[in-house]
Amino acid sequence: MIGALISIEAVSKRYPDGTVAVDGLSLEVPDRSITVLVGPSGCGKTTTLRMINRMIELTGGRILIDGEDIQHKPVNALRRSMGYVIQNAGLFQHRTIADNIGTVPRMLGWSKAKARERSMELMERVGLDTSMAKRYPYQLSGGQQQRVGVARALAADPPVLLMDEPFSAVDPVVRRGLQEELLRIQEELGKTIVFVTHDIDEAIRVGDMIAVLRTGGRLAQYAPPDQLLSTPADAAVEDFLGADRGIRGLSFFGTDALTVDPGGIVASDATAQQVSSRATEGLGHLLVVGVDGRPLGWADAARLRESGAAAAGPKGGPAQLLPHGQAFRHGEDSLRVALDCAVLSPTGWAVAVDGEGRAVGVVSQEQIAAAIRAAHSQRGTAPVDVGAAR
Amino acid sequence: MNNGFFNMPSDLQHSYLGLIGLHLQEALLPVAIGLLLSLPIAQLCVRFKWLYPPVLWATTVLYAIPSLAFFVVLIDYTGQTKTTVVIPLSLYSLVVLVPAIVDGVRSVSPETHAAAVAMGIGPVRRYLQVELPIAVPAIFAGLRVATVSSISLVSVGALIGNQGALGNLLQDAMTFHRPIYAVSSVVTTAVLAILADTALVLVRVALTPWLPKSGRRALRGRDRANGDAGADRGAGKGPATGEPLDGGTTDVRPTAGSTL
Ligand SMILES: Nc1ncnc2c1ncn2[C@@H]1O[C@H](COP(=O)(O)OP(=O)(O)O)[C@@H](O)[C@H]1O
Ligand SMILES: [Mg+2]
Repeated sequence: MIGALISIEAVSKRYPDGTVAVDGLSLEVPDRSITVLVGPSGCGKTTTLRMINRMIELTGGRILIDGEDIQHKPVNALRRSMGYVIQNAGLFQHRTIADNIGTVPRMLGWSKAKARERSMELMERVGLDTSMAKRYPYQLSGGQQQRVGVARALAADPPVLLMDEPFSAVDPVVRRGLQEELLRIQEELGKTIVFVTHDIDEAIRVGDMIAVLRTGGRLAQYAPPDQLLSTPADAAVEDFLGADRGIRGLSFFGTDALTVDPGGIVASDATAQQVSSRATEGLGHLLVVGVDGRPLGWADAARLRESGAAAAGPKGGPAQLLPHGQAFRHGEDSLRVALDCAVLSPTGWAVAVDGEGRAVGVVSQEQIAAAIRAAHSQRGTAPVDVGAAR
Repeated sequence: MNNGFFNMPSDLQHSYLGLIGLHLQEALLPVAIGLLLSLPIAQLCVRFKWLYPPVLWATTVLYAIPSLAFFVVLIDYTGQTKTTVVIPLSLYSLVVLVPAIVDGVRSVSPETHAAAVAMGIGPVRRYLQVELPIAVPAIFAGLRVATVSSISLVSVGALIGNQGALGNLLQDAMTFHRPIYAVSSVVTTAVLAILADTALVLVRVALTPWLPKSGRRALRGRDRANGDAGADRGAGKGPATGEPLDGGTTDVRPTAGSTL
């Protein structure tokens, strides 16, 4: 179905001690997308999330799921229709991995065999070896436990997934992997996911929509990530986004429109004569590529024109080549990656490659900057393809 | 051996094995009763936090009452019977078992608890399927202390006649000037305690295949899983003892002294 699946309407939560954790929050959480609640610690993210599955009862407003008020549903049935993933996974330490994942299916009356089959299927889906099925949680790493947590939440195929800082307790490399895994799973399953984090980078990476909350549970801004980065609602949001939001916003621009110059490339067996016809304005170097078309490194253009590329190629010794560094995939990577390649390049020029890693051209920082300006001026007229930029 | 170690004086009206049987009955029945009482009491203490301090206080006071005082009161109602011994011993076991179960149930990490609630697992099912199983190591640690101390405490039954089981042998050692009876009593009681303790450890191991095998990893795992709950337990209670059969986890050992 299309349209809002979860409607949060003027919801408030005042705890018995008088703390107002959430104050008049309204959000339309779109169907089949990841909506991130982000904000500083204590701003009411967990409270908001837990009001959706009624682990915390709201004290004002209402929450509708598919148009139906959650207060009118039996609470345990409501909860079983939503997967819940938390920091440190919260696995049942006394149950095997397969039994952990099968908890809700078993409660829903599935047979042992069917629940087990489902557990196996889900272990594969979240990237766990099924040989771990009979292990206990203590035998798994933190990242693996978190995968089990995700699998357990998905077990009964709920339409909604609530995730509360699910990846905050694992190290950055593992976290990155888990985020990518989540995006992959979401592509396959199309759940409505509400994802809580205090990490704005994580929000931008996984969110289709981002709700920035400020202390006291008030909504500061609700926008897709690219829009959030380009036009923060106020100084507080801007501050929260960090100093380099402009650069990070480039993640949402593709490189299809970026023109790269194939003239700056020479084959490693080119003669002096062949080289002399190659030149790129403003570039004192040429990119030498091997017989397979992959970049080998940068060589001084004037020297190549005298002696041919072979002298600078593998035979002449790689010492004469400057490293070409990171290359970006033309049309696939974002402008942010292209700019990064150019900044890191010893010549100041970025190398563009195709899907097979063959060099297709070179592009300067100035040219990338021009493309950024063009993309910005186009904003609003052309929709940004968020999915492709990830 | 025909020197009195296994040959019981006739006034006890029991063979050696008969005395052992009686001793085990009088020692283990109170632990079983104590456990049955502790489970609901502990659950109430977990539910209503304010209840725990007064309950703890009450169990401690009960433990401080000498068994002789109990006997004086009880003997009018229950006479010189096993029941008169079993009642105070049951009450004594609460001082160990109630905190053991409360700590065990509280050792369920907030995340695990939240996950169970979020999965729509109701309170009863949550108690039986999540909290109690996770509390098993702590409960067994309590059961071990309660059992061993109960086995030693049975001897006080000698104060009301023939209800001390192996304890009566101590009296007879004095009455008949046969120190061998005392040796038999002490050694047999000790062996019973060790055997009962070992049996409990074996049952615990069988019930908890999910505990980390080595003590060190167990502690680390608990720290990660339970946040500061583990630290809570460490404070104010005796140190955990690392035994080979026990994972070194959740040893709850209040200093159980004899109230003889
Ligand atoms: N049970 C509670 N009783 C009183 N205040 C609470 C309770 N739970 C949370 N709070 C308060 O509500 C505010 C929001 O908490 P929370 O939703 O957990 O924030 P976040 O998840 O964004 O860090 C905080 O100020 C917190 O102290
Ligand atoms: Mg939180």
